[in-house]
Formats: sequence, structure tokens, C-alpha cells
Amino acid sequence: MQTVKMVVTGPFSAGKTQFIQSVSEIDVVATERKISNPAERSIKDATTVAMDFGRITVDEDLVLYLFGTPGQKRFDFMWEILSEGMLGFIVMVDSTRPETFREARSILETFRAYAPTPFVVAANKQDIKDAWELEDVRHALRLDAKTKLLPCIATNKTQVKKILLELLYSILAEMESGK
Amino acid sequence: MALRGNLRDFTITQLLNLINLAQKTGTLVVDGPSEQAQVSFRDGKLAYARVGSEDNSLAAILHKANKLNVNQYRAIAERSGQMTDKELGLLLINAGYVSQEDILLNLQGYFTDVIRRLFTWVEGFFRFENEMLPPDDRINVRLDLENLIIEGSRQLREWEELQDEIPSLDMALKFTDRPMTNLNLSVEEWRVVKYINPKNTMKQIASAAKLNDMEIRRIVYGLIQAGLVEMIRPQSAQAVPKVNPKMFPTQDKEEQKTLINKLIGRIQKL
Repeated sequence: MQTVKMVVTGPFSAGKTQFIQSVSEIDVVATERKISNPAERSIKDATTVAMDFGRITVDEDLVLYLFGTPGQKRFDFMWEILSEGMLGFIVMVDSTRPETFREARSILETFRAYAPTPFVVAANKQDIKDAWELEDVRHALRLDAKTKLLPCIATNKTQVKKILLELLYSILAEMESGK
Repeated sequence: MALRGNLRDFTITQLLNLINLAQKTGTLVVDGPSEQAQVSFRDGKLAYARVGSEDNSLAAILHKANKLNVNQYRAIAERSGQMTDKELGLLLINAGYVSQEDILLNLQGYFTDVIRRLFTWVEGFFRFENEMLPPDDRINVRLDLENLIIEGSRQLREWEELQDEIPSLDMALKFTDRPMTNLNLSVEEWRVVKYINPKNTMKQIASAAKLNDMEIRRIVYGLIQAGLVEMIRPQSAQAVPKVNPKMFPTQDKEEQKTLINKLIGRIQKL
């Protein structure tokens, strides 16, 4: 059995767990505990402390694991471990919370420094009224024109699939150019 | 659409950069602690600005710039009635009091000063109104934002913020595709620009330019905010990325491609 890995990262409450849950054939394995920081509690009731992971079985010989990084900065020591051996990564950004954009940029730069693998950025919660438009998110995150920035509603399986596919297309393109 | 938020999350410099890059037209309304500012843009260039209830009529601006003395200013204020700034401007030019260049330079100076004052606002809320255009009865200018952005970035002093923006000095820099003309850079900024190429890390540039960690971060941050440079991996590390043996369970390139195509096929079927 061969296994490959992609990482889903991004700031706290960007939608990483939901993203993985939308396509995983298993319930996302996550260790939950009560939030200790009151500010975080106002955003959601529980959060992951260890890695999320989901699974997509391709065939009897190949499995794709999706790993979600812990959202809070105090768990950033996990990022380097999770990034080892990944095919590529997805950076989730909450389009309705511009106060998280700086952190998203920082996470993106950190992962780029870990490994020169392809990545895409998913602007999540695009179905919510206060969501920033994609081009404004692009400029706010200082993404160059070549970086794929995709709209996302993490509860929408079709959109999640599209984001995974775009990452795979980027991986393939990079392999082709490496001939 | 909501381009709105809190100045704690987005500085004025960052907003100007977004407006510049997106070439926005509309008005940025900023509600500060004690007054409101309105800054209008056309195609990403500064057109007009006002703050609070300050008199920003053409006559007041020219008076502040000593182009009109106090008696002239009062006379104009009494007699101008419903005259627009454009009409007043023409009148003053025809009467030989000021030239067109005087008017434009002084308006640019005033609007730039408004922006400089906004740089000090760290508390407040902003929103960008696409439908709110510069007022018709005022003279608009057309001022590039790059130099203002660099200046605003120079004011950034928080060590923690700089570290956040540029976590590693082991990255290199390259110029973006935007044309660089009419730039006003400080001596230190030019010193850094001189060393920018994809082979030099920021750490190396800092050492060559005799800058400490904070100084190099501050300068590079300003150049990034103005859209002049971007961070990249140093060129020696940018040769075709070696496939980490752990990324794939096979070293054979054709098998790796097959594996990716299998993944694509599987996800399409989800």
C-alpha cells in the first residue's frame, strides 16, 4: 500500500477541518478539547489540538492522506513535522476575517520555506455576505498573479474537489517542467 | 462586497497598496477616534482627500501655502458664493495670482499631508465605497501612490510586526514586473536596491549594506508594500526542485506521474 500526503493549513477557524471532512471517506480524526482562550471560544466551540487527518483511497495500492495543521499559533511547532514529505499544500483563508490575513501570509511564507512544493490558496466562506472578493484577497495577501487563489465553501464538496484538483494539476505541471 | 475592516488589522499603508495594485476607483472612508477622513481615488491614483470638517477649499489651501494673503482669502471667501473650485481656479489663473502648476502642486501637497496624518491613525474603521466618487465641485489631482506607500512604510517601527511580515532573512528578493520610475528612495533604500538579485539573501544584503535585522526588514517591507520587490527562495535553491524521496513512494518519474494522474481521476469521481 502506497501513501501520499497533502497538507491543509491556515489560521485558526479558517475552515481546515471542514474542508477535509467534505471529501474524506473517514470522519476527520481530530483530538478535541475545550478552548482555554476566551477569544477563541467566541469563534467556535471546539478546536483541534493535534493533527486532523482525512483519507481518500484511490485503489488497493494507493491512499491519499489529508493532514490539517493545528490552527493556533501555539501549535506551529507541528507545521514542520507535518510538511515533511507532502506533495503540496493548501492555505485556507477566512474571507470574512481580514484580521487573519496577515497570519495567513505568515503561514504561507513559513510553509514555502519548509518545502518548494506547489500550493494553492483557498478563500473560504465566499458564501457569506461580508466575504472579501477574490481580487481584494489576492492583493491583501500579496499573492502574485501566478499563484492559484480559488473561491471556497468548505462545506461544498464540489468546490473542495476543485481545489484539490487544481493543486494536483500544479504538481503535475511542475513534474512536467522538471524534465 | 465588503472591503471594510478595522485599522488594527489593516494599516493605511496596506490599504493604499491594495488600492494602488487593484487600480480602484472610489472613496476610502476612515472613521478615526475623533474625526472622519475621505480619500478618493481614480484608477488607483490619489484624486482628492479631506479630513474632518477642515476647510479644504482651493482658497483655503492656497492661503495656507502663502499663495494668497489673508485679505485675498477673505475677499474670495466673501465673494465666491457658489463658485466651484474649478471656476475659482480659472479666475485666479486669468487674474495672474497663481499659475495652473501652483494650483496642482499645492493641492497635491495638501492631499498628501492628509494621507500623512492618516498614517498616524491606528484606531478606527475603514470602508471603501466604490460608488462614492471625488466631489465634482473640487479640483481633482492624479497622484501616484508608490512614494506615499514607501513613506508610510518607513513609519512602521514595530519589531514584532516586521518579524511577522518577514519571518526569515534567508529568503532572497527580486524586482517585480512593475516599471520603476520617479521613485524617491532614501540613501539606505538605494543601498539595498543595489544588491537585489535572486542570488542574494536578505541576510547577505544586510551584511553588505551594514544594516541590522530590523533595518533590513523595515526597508524590504517598504519595497514590498510598494509592489517593487517580492520575496523568493534564493536562486541556488530554485533549480528544479528535487523530489523529496519521501514525497512519493517511488523514485521513477513516470510512475510518479501515473500516481498523480490516478489521484486526479479518483478525486474527479468523488
